Amino acid sequence: MKLRRWFLLPAWLWMALLFLAPFAIVLAYSLLTRGTYGGVGGPWTLENYQRLLDPLYLTILLRSFAMAAAATAICLALAFPAALFIARSNRHRNLYLQLVMLPFWTSFLVRTYAWMFLLRDTGLINTALQWTGIIHGPLPLLYNNGAVLLGLVYGYLPFMVLPIYATLERMDPALAEAAADLGARPMVTVLRIIAPLAMPGILAGSVLVFIPCLGAYLTPDLLGGGRSAMVGNLVQNQFTTARDWPFGSAVSIALMALVTALLWALLRKQKEPIA
Amino acid sequence: MKRWLAVYAAAFFAFLHLPLLTLAAFSFNSSRFTVWERFSLDWYRAAFRDPQIMGGVWNSVIIALWATAISTVIGTGCAYGLWKRGSRLLTGGLYLSLVTPEIVTGISLLALFQWMFRWLHWQLGLYTVVLAHVAFSIPFVVIVVSARLRTIGPTLEEAAMDLGANEWQAFRRVTLPSLMPGIIAAALLALTVSFDDYVITSMVAGVDSETLPMVIYAMARRGASPAINAISAMVTVGFGALILISERMRER
Repeated sequence: MKLRRWFLLPAWLWMALLFLAPFAIVLAYSLLTRGTYGGVGGPWTLENYQRLLDPLYLTILLRSFAMAAAATAICLALAFPAALFIARSNRHRNLYLQLVMLPFWTSFLVRTYAWMFLLRDTGLINTALQWTGIIHGPLPLLYNNGAVLLGLVYGYLPFMVLPIYATLERMDPALAEAAADLGARPMVTVLRIIAPLAMPGILAGSVLVFIPCLGAYLTPDLLGGGRSAMVGNLVQNQFTTARDWPFGSAVSIALMALVTALLWALLRKQKEPIA
Repeated sequence: MKRWLAVYAAAFFAFLHLPLLTLAAFSFNSSRFTVWERFSLDWYRAAFRDPQIMGGVWNSVIIALWATAISTVIGTGCAYGLWKRGSRLLTGGLYLSLVTPEIVTGISLLALFQWMFRWLHWQLGLYTVVLAHVAFSIPFVVIVVSARLRTIGPTLEEAAMDLGANEWQAFRRVTLPSLMPGIIAAALLALTVSFDDYVITSMVAGVDSETLPMVIYAMARRGASPAINAISAMVTVGFGALILISERMRER
């Protein structure tokens, strides 16, 4: 058992120095005041947290929430039928699963850029539409809330497919057959038998999509305009351009508290590991 | 119903893959605009000649190799230790670190480094990026190696100990060899998450440590040269290959 201690030592060091220590510093900063030259100093205060309720920032927080919720709902709607299809296919199941995962494993940055390439004024969609003569000037497809939502859905869709697939795959097919034998139409079977049984997967998928969407930074940064900034952009801005580290820290802590609460709720419901 | 589901699935997979496929296709377009002219490798040549891109690739490779080596060792040790006997605190920390928004990880590591620099007169540079990458790739390694340990089970190691091996020998001669495919899979995963990261890197990078994702980001922002399409296509293919190998290793 002595060996175990040596094996875990570097991991404990990692947790103390690269996870807890930075967190403690940010927590302390969030309770301090911004200095004249963008530094951090006394006195201790709760003002940074009060500023979160300023309408300017509250809008950003609410927008992040709405965006994450909308992205989660769209992911669910798109992923459920796909997961059902994969779970019901017998021969190429592994191929389909890899097709779901493959874009997820390629660079997130490249995937986000791919949408810029498609959506911008000189992008593929606008060029193609203008070439066919359907439109005469470029449509403003990029730099708005819709583009951000699309980017979020595209980015985190696999997180929804896999847990739902996992619950559907374990489900006894006889249940759906019984419903059909008793006269339920296919849609009714899906909505009243299959979907309720897949609830653990749906729940896990929703949390797994909602959490990264809530804290998203790159997607709103690249695909969104000035009016689609999310809480991640607010944090980044406070630490770079605005140089208000205490307020940026307070926003981070609030975001972490939310994420932790969500994760805790999920882990309490789910006894098995998700991945 | 069944047919509709198949039609839907086809559309679903098209949605997932077409953006990247068209991007890759247009990396072979000779024109600078999004109108197809003819096949050419000009943008690949341009990418390889661009000193900024190549500098980014070089930095990214160095950082990814260091971060992968360190996090694989620490993560494997951690997975093995937790497999012997769990620790709710450490497991909780690993989970939390996985769900922490990247930007929050980025700013908190930046805050840590800046705080340390008050006493040590160092500067942000390659090594701060390596440290940051080690920090966020360890949980990935632990997850992959733990999964492998669960499939191996404790019996072999117990047998080795019954036959007179001490703890270290049992680990070194029995568990480690059968764990190898899992460790390689974990290392490849760590390599890709390190090579891909933009958000955390951009917060802790110094002036001399611009990575490939940072170059891609800047080019995406400017939207100037289709060389970025070529780079993106190569990154995508490279990542795909690494992950496929990693998956094979996991199934072994």
